[in-house]
Amino acid sequence: MTPLPTHVIGGYLGAGKTTLVNQLLRQAAGERIAVLVNDFGDLGIDADLIIGQDGEVLSLAGGCVCCSFGSDLVGTLASLQRRAQPPQRVLIETSGVGLPAAVSRAARLAPGLHIEGIVVVADALSVRAQGTDRYMGDTVRQQLADADLLLLNKADAVLPETLAGLRAWLPTLAPQAALVACVQAQVPADLVYGTLGSARDETARGWRPTPMAPQPSSQAADTFVCHRLDLPPGVDLAALSARLSAPHTGLLRAKGWVLDAQGQRWLVQTVGTCTQLTPAPAADGASTGRLVMIGLRDHFDPKAW
Amino acid sequence: MSSPAPAILIYAAGKIITMNPSRPQATHVAVRDGRILGVGTLADLAGWGPHTLDERFAAQVLMPGLVEGHSHLMAGTLWRYTYCGCFELRDPDGRLWPGAATLDAVVAALREAEAATSGQATPVVGWGFDPIYFGSQRCTRADLDRVSTQRAVGVLHASGHILNVNTAALELAGLLRTEIAHPGIPLGADGLPTGELKGPDAMGPLFGQLGLTRSFLSGDEAGIRAFGQLAVRAGVTTATDLAATLGDDELSTLLRLTAEPGYPVRLVPLLRLIGITPKEAVARAVQLRERNTEQLRLGRIKVVADGSIQGFSARLRWPGYYNGAPNGLWYTAPETIRECYTLALQHGVQVHTHTNGDEATELALDCLQAALRQHPSPDHRFTLQHCQLADAAQFHRMRALGIGVNLFANHHFYWGDQHRATTVGPERAERMNACRTARDTGVPWAIHSDAPITPLGPLFTAWCAVNRLTASGRVLGADECVSVADALQAITLGAARSLHLDGEIGSIECGKRADFCVLDDDPESITPERLKDVRIWGTVQGGRVFQA
Repeated sequence: MTPLPTHVIGGYLGAGKTTLVNQLLRQAAGERIAVLVNDFGDLGIDADLIIGQDGEVLSLAGGCVCCSFGSDLVGTLASLQRRAQPPQRVLIETSGVGLPAAVSRAARLAPGLHIEGIVVVADALSVRAQGTDRYMGDTVRQQLADADLLLLNKADAVLPETLAGLRAWLPTLAPQAALVACVQAQVPADLVYGTLGSARDETARGWRPTPMAPQPSSQAADTFVCHRLDLPPGVDLAALSARLSAPHTGLLRAKGWVLDAQGQRWLVQTVGTCTQLTPAPAADGASTGRLVMIGLRDHFDPKAW
Repeated sequence: MSSPAPAILIYAAGKIITMNPSRPQATHVAVRDGRILGVGTLADLAGWGPHTLDERFAAQVLMPGLVEGHSHLMAGTLWRYTYCGCFELRDPDGRLWPGAATLDAVVAALREAEAATSGQATPVVGWGFDPIYFGSQRCTRADLDRVSTQRAVGVLHASGHILNVNTAALELAGLLRTEIAHPGIPLGADGLPTGELKGPDAMGPLFGQLGLTRSFLSGDEAGIRAFGQLAVRAGVTTATDLAATLGDDELSTLLRLTAEPGYPVRLVPLLRLIGITPKEAVARAVQLRERNTEQLRLGRIKVVADGSIQGFSARLRWPGYYNGAPNGLWYTAPETIRECYTLALQHGVQVHTHTNGDEATELALDCLQAALRQHPSPDHRFTLQHCQLADAAQFHRMRALGIGVNLFANHHFYWGDQHRATTVGPERAERMNACRTARDTGVPWAIHSDAPITPLGPLFTAWCAVNRLTASGRVLGADECVSVADALQAITLGAARSLHLDGEIGSIECGKRADFCVLDDDPESITPERLKDVRIWGTVQGGRVFQA
């Protein structure tokens, strides 16, 4: 059974976690997404996405659902997988004071899912004050440090020099993370997922990229470029991993499969400066490897690959 | 034609400790309509008219009914499972359970429970386990496999922060596998979990397997009844359920049971700010206030700021934990606490806030200060619960802000040695639960058990505050000891004040509820070292007599 791709979305109160969830739901393109929130307290799921409520579960447009996990994350994840129409992807939104890595570790206790990464949303207006706050500073800094992908949200609300200052400061707190500036958490779902289409689609139909989401209009927001790279068998895994993980290349995300010299197939996932290689079962007719890469339009150079 | 005047009953007692400083002692108390008509000599009371003299307490001591300002109905619910604690304890029916002094004794008790368990899939559950008293020996799943290899077996630690389970339980929860990487799940040499699960995240997957569901926390009908029996045994006539969800089902159960003529305790459930916004919580509290009855007092909110000190999840100020553990966790964001306080002050809703570490206390004080600037509210009666590590400067701030405190005196006995050795070190362990400082700075104060974390028993709690002994026999913080008189005040009027009920309960004086704690010994004349041994006959609550 393919493990259920699961993403943890963290960030302090008001950073834009739910805005991101709404953006991702709007890009679901038929994929059944389950959104887990800590509680329904101030649920910010856009009203037009909500179809109805069935007990503890909110039904959303396109077969998506939303439920609260309260004190039982593992139980909630297990019950989701028992649904008649089980989700194809899970987004876990932490509470505003939650530590995403801790939530991720707890989620790993549920069988049958794979944590694909941690996205942390930061509010460009207030992240610096929050990160140095007397009470919350260490919590906020830990949230940021837990990120694989750090979305610097509300980038249009601050002066360019403030944004530049944040672009320099945040990597000191989250050196592993890919940093992306955005407005209203508008980013392509592919950037968060590191996949183009769901895992099911990838195995069934090959790597068929879904169209990139509309690019944000604000000049403060980063824009993206998508690049597909075919790799013949016999890939030097160490060299590929080092290259994908190298800092300052503008590469934010990469995912795909490659074949090594022994013919073993590997799943490759890069987010930020971290690359994971996982042995994968052989696939019919897959005689070549392929990576899909997402980079910052202004920094990433597809021709270098 | 007028109806006949209601009957007046006058109790003669060996001694009545009134807690009313202007008439501290008396011999008789007159009761009409479940309320105190007067207290004094028989001659003082005869003027109220024809009466019946009841001499059943003639050789006993009456005190105001004791008030437990921080307990949970779960204290009653847990007794359907096997008690595995180190200290002897009486169950709701009065049966004395000996303490289990060794791991073997715990296993034996669970085996006995297992033999009496029907149904193949029924789990076996124990509680109150505290292996810190067994030296360095750790409980593993192999130990609990001796109870059963078929059924899920789980033992909850007294602190509530750790759960030990057997192999079958791990298997049912899908955790009997290698490659588990979680700080709360230690692994054995075989790469599999040892069966010890630390912290809510690690324990969570097992609760369902063990049948420890939501009713387990909120107290179902049987649990609420058992809690009433425990209260009678402890001399308690008013008790809080300090973190209730108060959904419609829970509320109707509470309303129904507390309205029964035989239900012996006034319950004060606080609505926990969790899963709802501050705005919703305050609106709900205002709504709940309308449902108030004599025996069920609603309309207060509980906020949890941080975790626990012995679980290393409390928020400490510099220099943090004595053993170098990283600082704890915030359970509620400051913005949320501030909003809740502001709205609650605006609507006259009382808020109790759990703060264990001193940084959490500081944050709560900052939040209240800000909220009070927005909505100046004399006599708001906000209360800090536990507030274990506060220092003198913080008590002065509490006094200035008008916030009261309910200190966890029992903690000292059960975990004081661990606090001294590991969590906060000797100096800060001595100032924990600083009753004397609270008293001297003029902060309204009470003391509590947090039952079931420690047993319900205000006289034991008073003994803890008076003597400050730890389980190993060490006096920890002699300068924070209080007098017996102060401690008795804390478990009656002090706790009543924290609930804003001191106009109705907490002392024996004209107009208050006829709530008495009936004692076979006199707590004022027994040596302070033996305060916990005072024998409790039972209670009178709202004029109704309940023998333990």
